[in-house]
Amino acid sequence: MNVLSVEAALALPGFALDATLEAHAGERMALFGPSGAGKSTLLSLIAGLSAPDRGIVTLDGRPLCDTARGVDVPPSRRRIALMFQDGALFPHLTVRENVAYGARGGSGAMEWLERLGLAALAARRPREISGGERQRVALARALASKPAALLLDEPFGALDVTTRGAVRHELRAFLEEARVPTVIVTHDPLDARVFGERVAVMEAGRIVQTGTWSEIEAAPRGPFAAGLAGLNFWNARLDPGRGLRAARVGAVEFHVLADDLEGEVYLALDPEEVTLAREAPHGSARNVLEATVRDLLVLGSRVRVRLDAGVPLSAEVTRQAAEALFLAPGQRVWASIKATAFRVYA
Amino acid sequence: MSDPGRGRREGLAPLLAASLPLALFTALPLLALALRPDPAHWLAQLGSEAARRALALTLITSTVSTLLCIALGLPVAYLLARYRFRGRAALDVLVDLPIAIPPVVAGLALLLAFGREGWFGRFLAPAGVRLPFTTAAVVLAQVTIAAPFFVRAARAGFESVDVRLEQAAWTLGAGRWRAFWTVAVPLARPSLIAGALLAWARALSEFGATMMFAGNLPGKTQTLALAVMSLMESDIDTALAVSALSLLLALVALTAARLVARSWRGTGP
Repeated sequence: MNVLSVEAALALPGFALDATLEAHAGERMALFGPSGAGKSTLLSLIAGLSAPDRGIVTLDGRPLCDTARGVDVPPSRRRIALMFQDGALFPHLTVRENVAYGARGGSGAMEWLERLGLAALAARRPREISGGERQRVALARALASKPAALLLDEPFGALDVTTRGAVRHELRAFLEEARVPTVIVTHDPLDARVFGERVAVMEAGRIVQTGTWSEIEAAPRGPFAAGLAGLNFWNARLDPGRGLRAARVGAVEFHVLADDLEGEVYLALDPEEVTLAREAPHGSARNVLEATVRDLLVLGSRVRVRLDAGVPLSAEVTRQAAEALFLAPGQRVWASIKATAFRVYA
Repeated sequence: MSDPGRGRREGLAPLLAASLPLALFTALPLLALALRPDPAHWLAQLGSEAARRALALTLITSTVSTLLCIALGLPVAYLLARYRFRGRAALDVLVDLPIAIPPVVAGLALLLAFGREGWFGRFLAPAGVRLPFTTAAVVLAQVTIAAPFFVRAARAGFESVDVRLEQAAWTLGAGRWRAFWTVAVPLARPSLIAGALLAWARALSEFGATMMFAGNLPGKTQTLALAVMSLMESDIDTALAVSALSLLLALVALTAARLVARSWRGTGP
């Protein structure tokens, strides 16, 4: 059953949001995408801090917003807690008063503070505690309000790298215990991996893909997700037929293996499947392209080579291979790729 | 590079010298006023019937006016700080207008609106309510002139409160009313208090609008400022003593406003 279901369109100056999102009962979902994709805007629509041009938001079957029927429940009655990037604790209240602010139901503020290991800080003010502690207080405050859903907006964005990891695992443990359906917004793949049981990838105002992390890595549906999985990614046109066929990306034609597909498809390619040579190769590879080296990035014992082959193409070779080939920016090389190396999907 | 504090000090002396004329220009006449009455004589003069009544009336009316400025100004300040709407610019100008027009003109306008034949006055008169030349008129005149000072400060105070704190309060189940009183007002409080003290100081010194709309009736509408003018014709010593007293009140109000602002910087988030 879908606990939280969102379908919303909103036009802002220079930006259009048109997103559909469904979170299941007791699930932790990561809403993941580059900065400016509209993730925070979508959260504020769910929380009721802004209204969509048109759309429907329901929680546990209860309509919170339905533009067609003129329903717009104010944020205070939605029972959706929103945790902001820096926690947004009330600076004029103590830690205990912060948690008590929205406390509902049986357990009081002190009980929540004890549960999250914050009892010793109860009398402090937000500016007197560390960034990680502030995030924990913000979570205690949100959970104390007994929300039907919890939204976290870049909860680790304000933390430095050293505390991030610890706070991340801490928060996940608390959320697992709380069993509140949660949507966490992040542009950090590690956050998305640690937190999300499912991941929704958002790019340019749209949810482009929803699934588990391994599903998304296997077949990304957008350049952002593909880049994080370290894959070459193209939108291609596949010739009709079966088996070995041409897939066109702009002026470049790749030979790929695919069944039961034609027309617009996604094409993904692991850079390790690209072989580089100085001379035109005579091997069995179906795809041989002449390319120019744009730049090189050394990653430990391996080198990531970005090429211009009529389309952008990344290859990954060993350091020895890169040295043997005298790879340098501007260098002409031959790239060969087997037809079976391409992942073709719609 | 040298430390920035030193760089800042290098320009200090010439700027101090250049600031001296204005400082002296303001301070010397006030100093002359404060030093003129012989202190022993001073208190005796202030003990006079006219002075005591004017002081009491001034303190009461300016305090009531300040409370009214707060009550009427809070919603306007919050509206201007938090919302974009048609007519916002017009409201903004309207709020500042009393600062820019001569208070005498504001008083005349009040008289036209609330006088017996005025827009509101003609509805009030049959009900037996007569505003002009009453103590209530003093308060009304002071509110008109002093309110902009409170609204400006309060608005700046609300603008400095992170809107996400109020949004956080909403998502925790607090309605707009509760979030306003428990988050926006406490966090803007230093500005609200400073604004109220400024409005109070302005109400204390109100003269022109009061003169036009409330007249100069001892014990009823004669505040300190009006008393000074009347006393200048009959009793210059008392006029000077009363003037010095208003100066003292103004110093207390402005110093208090500064102290509040500074304690805020000291304890701010």
